[in-house]
Amino acid sequence: MSYIALSDQDKKEMLARIGAASVDELFGCVPGEARLRRELDLPAAMSEPELLRHMEAVAARTTYGKYRSFLGGGAYYHFIPTVVDSLSARTEFLTPYTPYQPEVSQGTLQVIFEYQTLIARLTGMDIANASLYDGASAAAEAALMAQRLTHRARILVARSLHPQYRETVRSLTRNLGLAVEEIGFGDCGGVSSAELRSKMGPDVCGLIVQSPNYFGVVEDLAGLSAIVREQKGLMIVAVAEAVSLGLIEAPGRLGADIVCGEAQSFGIPLSFGGPGLGFMGCKKEYLRQLPGRICGLTKDVDGKRGFVLTLSTREQHIRREKATSNICSNQGWCALRAAIYLETVGPDGLREIARQNLLKSAYASAVLAKIPDVKLRFSGKTFNEFVLELPKDAAPVAKAVQAAGILAGLELAAAYPELPKTLLVCCTEVQTKEGIDHLAAALKEALR
Amino acid sequence: MIREPLIFEISAPGKSAYALPKLDVPADDKALAGMPVRTDIPGFPRVSEVEVVRHFTRLSQQNYCVDLGLYPLGSCTMKYNPKINEKIAGLPGFAEAHPSAPGETIQGGLEVLHRMEKYLAEITGFDAFTLQPSAGAQGELTGMMLIRAYHEDKGDARKYVLIPDSAHGTNPSSAHLCGYEVKEIKSNAEGRIDLAGLREAMTEEVAALMVTNPNTLGVFESDICKIAGVVHEKGGLLYMDGANMNALTGIARPGDFGVDVLHLNLHKTFATPHGGGGPGSGPVGVKKALEPFLPYPRVEKKGAAFALEFQRPKSIGRVRSFYGNFLVVVKALAYILSLGPAGVREIAEIAVLNANYIRKALEGVYDLQYKTETLHEVVFSDKIQKDAHGVTNLDIAKRLIDYGFHPPTMSFPLIVHGALMIEPTETESRRDLDLFIEAMKTIAREAAENAEVLKAAPHQTYVRRLDETAAARNPIVIWESDKS
Repeated sequence: MSYIALSDQDKKEMLARIGAASVDELFGCVPGEARLRRELDLPAAMSEPELLRHMEAVAARTTYGKYRSFLGGGAYYHFIPTVVDSLSARTEFLTPYTPYQPEVSQGTLQVIFEYQTLIARLTGMDIANASLYDGASAAAEAALMAQRLTHRARILVARSLHPQYRETVRSLTRNLGLAVEEIGFGDCGGVSSAELRSKMGPDVCGLIVQSPNYFGVVEDLAGLSAIVREQKGLMIVAVAEAVSLGLIEAPGRLGADIVCGEAQSFGIPLSFGGPGLGFMGCKKEYLRQLPGRICGLTKDVDGKRGFVLTLSTREQHIRREKATSNICSNQGWCALRAAIYLETVGPDGLREIARQNLLKSAYASAVLAKIPDVKLRFSGKTFNEFVLELPKDAAPVAKAVQAAGILAGLELAAAYPELPKTLLVCCTEVQTKEGIDHLAAALKEALR
Repeated sequence: MIREPLIFEISAPGKSAYALPKLDVPADDKALAGMPVRTDIPGFPRVSEVEVVRHFTRLSQQNYCVDLGLYPLGSCTMKYNPKINEKIAGLPGFAEAHPSAPGETIQGGLEVLHRMEKYLAEITGFDAFTLQPSAGAQGELTGMMLIRAYHEDKGDARKYVLIPDSAHGTNPSSAHLCGYEVKEIKSNAEGRIDLAGLREAMTEEVAALMVTNPNTLGVFESDICKIAGVVHEKGGLLYMDGANMNALTGIARPGDFGVDVLHLNLHKTFATPHGGGGPGSGPVGVKKALEPFLPYPRVEKKGAAFALEFQRPKSIGRVRSFYGNFLVVVKALAYILSLGPAGVREIAEIAVLNANYIRKALEGVYDLQYKTETLHEVVFSDKIQKDAHGVTNLDIAKRLIDYGFHPPTMSFPLIVHGALMIEPTETESRRDLDLFIEAMKTIAREAAENAEVLKAAPHQTYVRRLDETAAARNPIVIWESDKS
């Protein structure tokens, strides 16, 4: 299949107009030693029906959809209202570039402005940016932002922060003179405040803590931020399950200075891990150190309200190596989906979705913890995930449950050697009581 | 024309566009006890479904997009995005797969990643690819992290990175984030890297040279093999920004002309939609010597099955969660499979033909600071119109909007003042090219006859020129009804 719109006659006439004998002549500036002298070794071109058939067969080799899945851990399956798919598929949203020309991009710009407002209100922050790549890189950007704001040499990271977020923070900060230190978790599953107090000092930029954390436990943000604040550090709260913000108090009202995270839960399919939607909000006074694109409100020459990308003097195309970040794009289309999702469900819908997540998860944890020798690993309050401790190695148990058509949860031992025999189980609003009971029966059977 | 209000302005208590199934587990509110719970989200909108639908439909109509017409943003490669690729990315096996599911349940996804790495390696001449970076800028950063890891492994990270003055701003920014100091290399009169200048700047303290080839002028660095030689001789590495790979597919492979590390933009060369600013995808290709440093996990084929490999002791780590923007990779894979080898070569051939057709038609009408032959894009400037009539590239750009086109790139290259960087891509028809050329000629005429009409342009949009200075001076970045 070719997407070229020129006829052979067009090509001939265009070459004549240019004054070239052939297309090849136009590549005269590419010296022979740099040229490829053979055809590329790629599969033969496919027609549309062949391509569809081929890719359907590839997609079918992923059999995940045949299972009842209780997997979470930073990627969550929520119901997506049909309007999200149908409106975001509009080609006027899908096929423009970054809105550099505001007069012909007011649609995208107004959507970003609404998205920024929604994120700010959800997180309890004064302002938000136009989105970042994903939750993990947003956490790394937050660490760098804290370094710029405080000029301090260390940053503390909760061990209960998503392992991939921690790894990303480490790799993206390692060449910039920022030491990353971990703070362990206590029996409740939340950050150990004693350890935080002992490691916090005047040379620490701040703390990155996730809530609900990787174990699903809701952290005591107010208590932790008080400790961080004693040393004038910054409280950075990461949220990997954005739906929790519908029910649990906004981090901004519990002492957060910067809130970042992943908003895949807002109308974006699991997508095998990407694209998702990184978000970031902060206090107003940090606006000029906020990374990424920002949309602002202004007026046109006739005094009419309009929107533009603003504060570009922070950015790489003006500041080059002195920019706040090298980021050049956002996840515009994913931010659009989140905006449609949030405006559709509204505050009451989001709260009810979050409440159902919490209650279904509470039901599941209660039912599962009744299985002999199975218990909840942590005592802390959880949102829609919890850690089960099994009487034996989790891997063969999970395999046995899988044979019954259920993916029971994520094994934590690889990322947390101190948590052997554990499973991280997630229950969103899409689970049913029947399905949860089925999981309990299968797990019981597998442990027999 | 009526402006669509903000959703917050049409919100009213009691409205909703959503209903949930009835809760089928006990409503045990003990589960909420002891947790900081919010009872409302102040300022969130309450609207009906039809209001949501009309709101976003009307907003969509205020956007220009590739499906409406030529979008000649230079170096952004705004080509047509085939519809079938969207349908394929929506297949449940791709769109609804959990990234952490057991290996045997995600074979289709892993196959996509494994094959895409292989095909990109073939198209560009590299030994290995990572698909993890989320966009071009993250690809650059990943590439520079790999270069640093390579040098550190040899015992010395080195201190500097050389970057030509024609480069995109992300290049110096990415190098800086890897802890390198940037040294700028001046372009010569042809708009190319000055080989003598490079020889002088290239020392054993230099980690890498970052080139864009063809560069942001659309000019191929014909000395590229010699350039690579100069860099390699001092133990440095050659990094290539693949933003302009659309000029080279099937014609020349960076891996064959001395490049060690390359990033691609799937949303440019491989036709995935830009989505109003993302998601993109910025795969990075490397030569064998850099493979051990690639981000983990890697996808490996073990017998007939694919598996994720995490044990990579020399890896730079992760640059994000999971495996990158997977659905963007799916679309790009579908694109490569639909084109086949001849079709991939045709991308570059026709992109270069179209760009040269525009260049030929507008040469003399607009100033061409560098006369060197160009490939897939051409950078004019406003010099003729500015000197004679005080009309700037901004005025020309805004007037183009009135004629139904998106303006060209103007913010770089910094070496051309008043730049108009035009990249038509290979998917434009002769008719659309001619309409664009005609519009550009008309604007040049208007500059001489009626400059005021350009300075006040655009005239036919929902809003006219916006006050960007005021927006930056007094930033209003969220809606606060009492203030705006």
